[in-house]
Amino acid sequence: MLTNYLLSFLIWLPVVGGLALLAIGDDGDAESSQAGLMRKAALAFTILTFLASIGLYLAFDNAEPGMQFVERVLWIETFNVWYYLGVDGISAPLILLTTFITPLVVIAGWDSIKSRPAQYFAAFLILEGLMIGVFSALDGLLFYVFWEAMLIPMFLIIGVWGGERRVYATLKFFLYTFLGSVLMLVAFIYLYLQTGGFNLFSFMNVPIGMTAQKLIFLAFLVAFAVKVPMWPVHTWLPDAHVEAPTGGSVILAAIMLKMGGYGFVRLSLPIVPDGSAYFSGLMIALSLIAIVYIGFVALMQKDMKKLIAYSSIAHMGFVTLGMFLLWWIAADTGAGLGMTGAMVQMISHGLISGAMFLCVGVLYDRMHSRRIADYGGVANTMPVFASFMVLFAMANAGLPGTSGFVGEFMVIIASFKANFWFAFLAATTLVLGAAYTLWMVKRVLYGEVANSNVAELKDLNSREFIVLAILAASVLLVGLWPAPLVDMMNTTIEQLMQQVGQSKL
Amino acid sequence: MTLLGLICAVMIADLFIENENRIVTFWLSMASLVITAVVLYATAPEVRTVVFYGAYVSDPLSQVLKLGAVVLVGVSFLYARDYLRANDLHKGEYYLLGLFGLLGMMIMMSANSLLTMYLGLETLALSMYALVAIDRHNVTSAESAMKYFVLGAIASGALLYGISWVYGVTGSLQFHEIAAALDANPGLNSLPLWFGLAFLIVGIAFKFGAVPFHMWLPDVYQGARTPVTLYLATAPKLAALALLFRVLVDGLGSLHDTWSTMIMFVAVLSILVGNVIAIAQTNIKRMLGYSTIAHVGFILLAVYTGTDAGYASALFYALTYVVAAAGAFGIVILLSRRGYDAELLSDFKGLNTRSPWFALMMLFLMFSMAGVPPFVGFLSKLYVISAVLEIGGTGLAIMMVLASVIGAYYYLRVIWYMYFEENEDKAVLQANTDTRVVLSLNSLAVLALGIVPGWLLALCVQVVGW
Repeated sequence: MLTNYLLSFLIWLPVVGGLALLAIGDDGDAESSQAGLMRKAALAFTILTFLASIGLYLAFDNAEPGMQFVERVLWIETFNVWYYLGVDGISAPLILLTTFITPLVVIAGWDSIKSRPAQYFAAFLILEGLMIGVFSALDGLLFYVFWEAMLIPMFLIIGVWGGERRVYATLKFFLYTFLGSVLMLVAFIYLYLQTGGFNLFSFMNVPIGMTAQKLIFLAFLVAFAVKVPMWPVHTWLPDAHVEAPTGGSVILAAIMLKMGGYGFVRLSLPIVPDGSAYFSGLMIALSLIAIVYIGFVALMQKDMKKLIAYSSIAHMGFVTLGMFLLWWIAADTGAGLGMTGAMVQMISHGLISGAMFLCVGVLYDRMHSRRIADYGGVANTMPVFASFMVLFAMANAGLPGTSGFVGEFMVIIASFKANFWFAFLAATTLVLGAAYTLWMVKRVLYGEVANSNVAELKDLNSREFIVLAILAASVLLVGLWPAPLVDMMNTTIEQLMQQVGQSKL
Repeated sequence: MTLLGLICAVMIADLFIENENRIVTFWLSMASLVITAVVLYATAPEVRTVVFYGAYVSDPLSQVLKLGAVVLVGVSFLYARDYLRANDLHKGEYYLLGLFGLLGMMIMMSANSLLTMYLGLETLALSMYALVAIDRHNVTSAESAMKYFVLGAIASGALLYGISWVYGVTGSLQFHEIAAALDANPGLNSLPLWFGLAFLIVGIAFKFGAVPFHMWLPDVYQGARTPVTLYLATAPKLAALALLFRVLVDGLGSLHDTWSTMIMFVAVLSILVGNVIAIAQTNIKRMLGYSTIAHVGFILLAVYTGTDAGYASALFYALTYVVAAAGAFGIVILLSRRGYDAELLSDFKGLNTRSPWFALMMLFLMFSMAGVPPFVGFLSKLYVISAVLEIGGTGLAIMMVLASVIGAYYYLRVIWYMYFEENEDKAVLQANTDTRVVLSLNSLAVLALGIVPGWLLALCVQVVGW
């Protein structure tokens, strides 16, 4: 059956495409026909990958809580490492998100990348394959290889095509995340010595003492908290976002941040449930700080990209909050709600933050400024763009009917069941999120036309329109009809809840 | 064993031909390397055989190390050829001294007695002193050769002094007899032997360039002409590993409790000092020198464990590291042109615009050295760390991974210069097709080994298990 190799196909098709682009290269001229060919080839590869992932969606069995599309081949005998892939209801939506966002990023970078377009698109293609690899790896070492290898293309994307302080930003990004991940590696090796292999399921089944669980949890926490990012290890994110090219920011916000959340669900919770329970209070506290404090920080930003970056941190706070609520809710009252909310929030934030960064990218391509103060009255010259941006801003603020509402609402309900004050603090985001997003929109889009540059702005071209329209449709779709998404996750989450509920001591 | 004579014969032939046409020397040296490799491969020992009245041993470990050394020396010669020709250094001595050095290394790899070991070591060291001084008009080369010679002589003295103590205590120079004597009479494991052991470790640490006996290494790496640095940085590390294995494991294995502590201190210091000082370097050769020190620290920590997994990981680490080092110095050589040595990190600026392919190759090599997957440097670090964790060294393992993060910075800086900066010099790198192909294969090997490491890992485990 073809579906037996579907995951490998999804991983390696973009990687091979990227390598081919890299090998052919471009002639240094972004306008030449060869560069044009490279763009088309990159788009073709990403669209093909997306179509293949639709196959994944169609063949996916919602009723099956375990792994599907499993592939298993021995890779390194000495360490008993397997090339072991599979997806369940948690990883499949994230893979779909990845394959969905990447073509949009390629289209968004169509004209705005002037130098070395072949390398630019190659980096995104390779990155896409590696990200799908992270979401489908079921062997610890394989997971780690994808997880780390992913940093290489991102490092280059920010460093080569970024803004003025790109070197600082990209080194900070790389070293921060590298530092986080190496401790996870130590934890993996420890588990390997316990179980004799890197199979994630044997990690989940092996009994681990409480001290070891706490230490492993902390090692994982460093890796994933940096990625999410959680307060107080979030400082790399605003720098990386601000300096990255638009496409880099979109991938970073839409997908790479989700890896942190995915790591908690896939590794921390099932492997060290008692450690997770022990630290759940800390995790909730850190999440609430991210939601409230970072919300205030976002309010004061003068740079649009920075504002959206901080808003991402605040929104990701909901993800970690939802995941770690379950020990604070009585088991029979729907503890899975917080987890489902967290997962929906991940997907929804991927769409919304990606769209917000694309909107800023549209403005930046025209004005070469990200400062809010340089804009004003854009709605007068770019009415179509303005309506899209208002929609995404509303979604970012969590307006009902958009995808932003669904996840946040589920998490807030779950936190009500846990503790009134959790819910109270979490709900402040409805005010804060609306405040910082809408205030930015007001300053950028409305009012008098601020200066002559704004007066000369041209509205969206057809390519930008297509990208934003697709994203707008998906934001509304998830907001109005989240059932297909939730159904996909439900059985897996139920199983996860049972698994986490059992002590491994 | 006959192959040693063979090298000598080919080398003597070289002596007579080399005056006429230097390129002949190159091809003759290459031919002799190929013959050596074939003979080595053909005479692969089925069992461990000891010959020459117990002075010399042939086992799979020596086989693997020798083959590695032969290949690396061949690769060094190839990378060096064009550089030497362009810089009027193409005199034949480079190849001859290189071959003599190889002879020394091979003796070390097969030594079964302390004296044979010392003999090989000195053959290697004398060739290297002369190699460093090969450009006699160059003041820094001469200075670094002098420094290397004086310090090397002191280290050799220390080693010899240690040998004499060990001989005095155990009554033998041969490793298996020393081991047997220690087994038979545990009372020997006392202060006089430890005294000798300390001197042996000083000598070994010096040859490896481990802290605190590393002072010569950055200066020599920087001062020597780049092809010489390339030679120094690759195959002799395998010989040093052989020295370590033979003396400490084969000979004094039962003293593991004593020497492991000393090795551990040397190793930890090497990793920390090497990685931290490398950050401050502006000269690429010097930077790679400090990075070597850090890598040596990893190899020593692997040996420190005293387990089979540890020894196998040390072997794997050394073999893969020298491949990456050969590639990195090969690219440094490629950047140089007539009368101009590319020595500064800033010479790498804008390489991606000049030669995207070689920039990509250097990117592979740097990420491999930094230990980022999917490159092989990651697996070798993983192997060492898992060996250390296995004996309960959690603190050491955490130190190693944190040091790797520090180390990542200076490797990333090379990539930063290549990709994020531009240079006024837009010249495309020139190289002959054979150099191009081998250098590309060399760099792709770090990726290929990272993706299919199974056979090499299995080989290391098997070889060490003998």
